[in-house]
Amino acid sequence: MSRRDVEFAVNAAERLNETLNAFLEIDRDGALERAANSEKSEGVLAGVPVAVKDNICVQGMQASCGSRILGDYHPPYNATVIERLVNAGAVIVGKTNCDEFAMGSSNENSAFGPVKNPWDTTRVPGGSSGGSAAAVAAGIVPIAIGSDTGGSVRQPASLVGVLGLKPTYGRNSRYGLVAFASSLDQVGIFARDIGDMARTLGAIAGRDRHDATTADVPVPDYTAALDGNLKGARLGFPSALFGKGLDQEVGEAVKNAVAVYRELGAEIVEVELPNAGYAIATYYIIATAEASANLARFDGVRYGFRAEDAPELRQMYRKTREEGFGAEVKRRIMLGTYVLSAGYYDAYYRKAQQVRTLIKNDFLSAFKNCDAIITPTAPTPAFAIGEKVDDPLAMYLNDIYTVTANLAGIPGLSVPCGLSSQRLPIGFQLLGPYWSEPTLFKLAHAYQQVRPFTERPALYASQP
Amino acid sequence: MPITEADIAKVAQLAHLELAEEELKTFGTQIAEIVAYVEQLNELDTTNVEPAIGGLTPEGAQTNTSRDDEIEGSLGQKTALAEAPDPAAGHFRVPKVL
Repeated sequence: MSRRDVEFAVNAAERLNETLNAFLEIDRDGALERAANSEKSEGVLAGVPVAVKDNICVQGMQASCGSRILGDYHPPYNATVIERLVNAGAVIVGKTNCDEFAMGSSNENSAFGPVKNPWDTTRVPGGSSGGSAAAVAAGIVPIAIGSDTGGSVRQPASLVGVLGLKPTYGRNSRYGLVAFASSLDQVGIFARDIGDMARTLGAIAGRDRHDATTADVPVPDYTAALDGNLKGARLGFPSALFGKGLDQEVGEAVKNAVAVYRELGAEIVEVELPNAGYAIATYYIIATAEASANLARFDGVRYGFRAEDAPELRQMYRKTREEGFGAEVKRRIMLGTYVLSAGYYDAYYRKAQQVRTLIKNDFLSAFKNCDAIITPTAPTPAFAIGEKVDDPLAMYLNDIYTVTANLAGIPGLSVPCGLSSQRLPIGFQLLGPYWSEPTLFKLAHAYQQVRPFTERPALYASQP
Repeated sequence: MPITEADIAKVAQLAHLELAEEELKTFGTQIAEIVAYVEQLNELDTTNVEPAIGGLTPEGAQTNTSRDDEIEGSLGQKTALAEAPDPAAGHFRVPKVL
């Protein structure tokens, strides 16, 4: 990788962005300058162009979180994951579009317009990290960073046909990631190549003194797991999750992947996750409760937008928030405030935290009999822009397969496994025990050795 | 429990949101629908189940502790105020409080 790769990425980003709307900022001059400097770097990502979701702080670039309330806010510091990417030689080329404050499954909640799916621009790329997903799928950058609170990396990865990882809670630092739901948020990675993903996680993972929830667990050489050896591997198959609500083509594609694993020597074990059906309800209580607290800081005082014509302080807060936040963010702040309000706390929030324990225990007991679990990543391929905007609950159900990993704190990886009859990507999800990223990488790599995903979307930046 | 428009208005006030009439109506309906959906959790008996405190791994729980309070460099006044909508003389200026 070199200056030429960065130049290619910047050119492709500028050219395709007119159609895709994947980037909110493209830092051409800065990226080219840093690319020249990084030629001396011996880091594992030396000269590799990387795109970063606009809710992660990169010094010198904007961090709008897809929201008017932050607008062209420029954070004065780097997130820890950015600091580590840069130390590894990576060149940040720009900031990617996303659902406002990472709240959404389609990217339609961005204040700066929806991202288009590179496979079919009338469809959504998924969300909330839709811009990062589209940038990697369209061949603009090999690697992009996102955040995953309920599936916001894995679901868009599935809908655009790339790899998407949500690591174990505490694997990556959240310092400099604008908080949505702190007990669920985790910085994730998009890549087309599993080796790129393994190297990137190795570069950014690990304890950070700025984030007390990062764990003091050694960071292994993740590339060492890519050995293709599945002998003795046990893959859990939760057949109950392949029923109602699952698109038939998606179900078949994922079952075909299970058959591939069997051929590769893995033992397929039936597993049960009896409380998985309660995950969405649990998630929308916990996530909105935490969001209502985290988003209290946006009040027009220290940064971002402030409403005009509000001569009194409290009126200024209310007007600023009313004008600055979009509908979905307001809806979630309201719901979160409601479930935490006096008299309802035990009925909703405490109850949800108890069910969260049940969901976590489901996984802990399932992993006694298998090394990882396979599920679909999303119930359907990419849906049409506008199709679900007026029905929040239908939109939430998109995350039915992904939210459990955030609730339990376990890692999840989405792997592309084919195209629907309408040429839309389908992905399967691998879920593993805490710190099992090497196992997930091993499984994904072995699958891709025999079933490489070589299809390319209609919009793809080919090398000149 | 049915959610009234008064409940929604109260919540908006708690959340520091000045919602328009139309928003109060739409949100009222949508939030009632979502709350009805999440009430399915009541089907589960959670007597004696410990609430999960944040999806933490056992390893993560060990580092979620206090550290020594050491003095370090900080952003400095100029940088900290650089993004403020209305800074004045080294302060964040706000509209009148009373």
